[in-house]
Amino acid sequence: MIVYLVRRLGQSILAIIAMAVLVFAGVYFIGNPVDVLINPEATQAEILATTQRLGLDKPLYEQFGIFIWNALHGDLGTSFVYGRPALEIILERLPATMELAVVALILSVGIGIPLGIWAGLRPNSLSGKTIMGGSILGFSLPNFWQGMLLILIFAVLLGWLPAGGRGETRAFLGMQVSFLTWDGLSHLLLPAINLALFKMSLIIRLTRANTREVCLQDYVKFARAKGLAGRRIVLVHVLKNIMIPVVTIIGLELGSMIAFAIVTETVFAWPGMGKLLIDSINLLDRPVIVAYLMLTVLIIVSINLMVDVIYSLLDPRIRLSEMKG
Amino acid sequence: MKANRLSLAVGLLVAGMAPVAAQELSIGLKSEATSMDPQFHNLATNTQVNKNIFESLTTQSSVQKITPGLAESWEAVDDTTWRFKLRQGVKFHNGSDFTARDVIYSFCRVPLVQNSPSSYTIYTGDIADMEAEDDHTLLIRTVDKNPLLPVNLWPLAIVSADALGAEDTVTYGPEGTCEGMGEVPQAPAFNDPDIAVGTGPYKLENYTRGAELVLSRFDDYWGGTPDWERVVMRPITSNGPRVAALLAGDVDMIESPPIQDISRIDDAGFNIVDALSNRVIYLHLQQLADAPGIGGTDGKNPLMDKRVREAISLSINRDAIAERIMGGYAEPAGELLPPPMFGTSGRAVDPYDPERAKELLAEAGYPDGFTLNLGTPNDRYINDEQVAQAVAQMMARIGINTTVDATTASQFFSRRNALEFPIYMAGWGAASGEMSSPLKALVATFDADTGMGATNAGRYSNPEMDKVLIEAMSTIDEGQRDELLQKAETIALDDYGIIPLHYEQTVWAMKPELTYEPRMDQYTMAREVKPTTTE
Repeated sequence: MIVYLVRRLGQSILAIIAMAVLVFAGVYFIGNPVDVLINPEATQAEILATTQRLGLDKPLYEQFGIFIWNALHGDLGTSFVYGRPALEIILERLPATMELAVVALILSVGIGIPLGIWAGLRPNSLSGKTIMGGSILGFSLPNFWQGMLLILIFAVLLGWLPAGGRGETRAFLGMQVSFLTWDGLSHLLLPAINLALFKMSLIIRLTRANTREVCLQDYVKFARAKGLAGRRIVLVHVLKNIMIPVVTIIGLELGSMIAFAIVTETVFAWPGMGKLLIDSINLLDRPVIVAYLMLTVLIIVSINLMVDVIYSLLDPRIRLSEMKG
Repeated sequence: MKANRLSLAVGLLVAGMAPVAAQELSIGLKSEATSMDPQFHNLATNTQVNKNIFESLTTQSSVQKITPGLAESWEAVDDTTWRFKLRQGVKFHNGSDFTARDVIYSFCRVPLVQNSPSSYTIYTGDIADMEAEDDHTLLIRTVDKNPLLPVNLWPLAIVSADALGAEDTVTYGPEGTCEGMGEVPQAPAFNDPDIAVGTGPYKLENYTRGAELVLSRFDDYWGGTPDWERVVMRPITSNGPRVAALLAGDVDMIESPPIQDISRIDDAGFNIVDALSNRVIYLHLQQLADAPGIGGTDGKNPLMDKRVREAISLSINRDAIAERIMGGYAEPAGELLPPPMFGTSGRAVDPYDPERAKELLAEAGYPDGFTLNLGTPNDRYINDEQVAQAVAQMMARIGINTTVDATTASQFFSRRNALEFPIYMAGWGAASGEMSSPLKALVATFDADTGMGATNAGRYSNPEMDKVLIEAMSTIDEGQRDELLQKAETIALDDYGIIPLHYEQTVWAMKPELTYEPRMDQYTMAREVKPTTTE
């Protein structure tokens, strides 16, 4: 177990460093942030002064060296745009994104798994086929378009829900969250549905396929023969055995929902990290971009680690020490 | 049916309103202010928001005329000394009185703001000394003759010396050598309403980065009671969602709706206002012998020939661009600023004459034309890439085969400043509202020592124009300066040193019970949004 964790940690650090190098160089080659940030009326002397102040006049390797040195001391750089520590700006936005991702995850799991099991148990019924047809739709609609459509229907035409923004927030465990007020919840619903639809479809399909497979297993047949209630067979014997692949997918998808809810956040003007990333890329705010992606790698790696631990709990045959990380 | 319901709802709303009008105003902005510190980032996005909280000695009207702000009047005592009479009885949001000390402190703080992405020192760098004759009389001495001082004072917000912890006496010194400044709070501190204290009509209530900025009415405002109890500004950066937010009633007003959506918004019963802006879209042609991206000329740069430059200008059908691509929300440009702004001559727009253009090309020795790369951003100006595509097609018709190289703004500006484009399209908005701004930045000879031609990435150089411009920039007399600026502009345009295409029009859309006097500087200022009078 410990060997496994250490090996995993080492790999994560390598991934984070590789990410930092790639992004650092990538942003450097896009352009010079000063050209975007400076007031057009500035003179050459002002431009030079700003370039020097941001340290952009130094060669790339030197800039990178300074960055690594500071990073080792816990400083991921100061945002060019906001003049504040990059990490602080990102963490400020984290609760909004986490909240959105968690609600979307609850929606997709809470709706996706029951529907998937239903469709798996009755593959040839009309309801089963409808669920599968719907999941294809959820899969194939482009996120951006789907979001605009949700806004058009529920906000513009029906006027039931607001078109965007975050609404009222309350402090909860030291974070500002919006699901505690009706106003906040109404703002949260549409973006969460938009983010959830794709994952939900994925979970429906996965659950259905696994349910069908598990239903053919001997232990299910035996349970039926023994005269167990249908409910008990599904909830205990089927559900537990379809969970391993589902947990994997949920883990992967949660990571990607936190890190890359960019489209949804942009369409719904949701003040999360994804929107911050897009804005930062447009302004070439390198410290924020680099810190963001490093944080992302960290989040995804930790979620995967958690998934592995949950694996071993779900299936006692799996030993972490034997897994190749 | 839908329209009926809407007008009914609007009717009810208007009928139910007290004469004092609605109490809350919400605005969807296309970009977000990066800080509440009005001296942190010298950028229009920040300025238009900060101007609700902070004010300046001078003010620019919606047509960019300089009018009194916190200074009631001013006069030039001699070539480098100005006397400003400050307004009496003005209060800051924290209740303290506005005096000359606040002005000196504010100007002193500019160079002391750390990490500024674009500093306001471009406006204060010229101030040699400041002296308070009494609490409401201020002398400002400049290093050189500077007729633009009152214009330059408009971007410089006045912050409260008391709120920021200044000592009782603040003494001015140039470039951050002031005394009595105390511990100067930095930009992040301005999220605190006790620090972000100005004299403007609205007080900062709450600023949540990325989500919203909330302002509340300042009851003791010197200019009378402001119209709104509460103002909420939300950044909605994508066009579609911004329009949807207006249609859904989430916000009362939005800036810059995309041109293709305007008729739909109009049909839904909203109020659309638009006005010519100070932003000219222009072509700049590289004037260096070894310009890149030119083919079919045996290594020569044909753009250095005035006849070729004239041919390019004549090949462009500006009316068609304004009508078809800009949907009528642009006006063909004959100058670098729309007349009758200061320093314009009313020069006619270059005609569309492809025949004459072909003759000129033949005269210049290029009867078969040549090939060219046209650089343009694709997310900076209204329909920028489409305009560039149209220009390229029009140039192709006279034999100049033009390829459009469109990239995102951040990449475009870096490549342009590295002189990678033989010809590029860009825009210029004259923040000062007068001709010296585009001439100094775009047309004057590039010279890092004097700060001239900083955005002249075509490296056009005309010593005759430079001479007239420099003279204009140190002429205090308004009439003479106007004449000199006109002369300088005419020299540059006669030589086709820069080719103006069109002036952008700025559009705002809002609920029918609101009005906004459109501003030439494209600012969306909550303080100027008024309820329609229901008399």
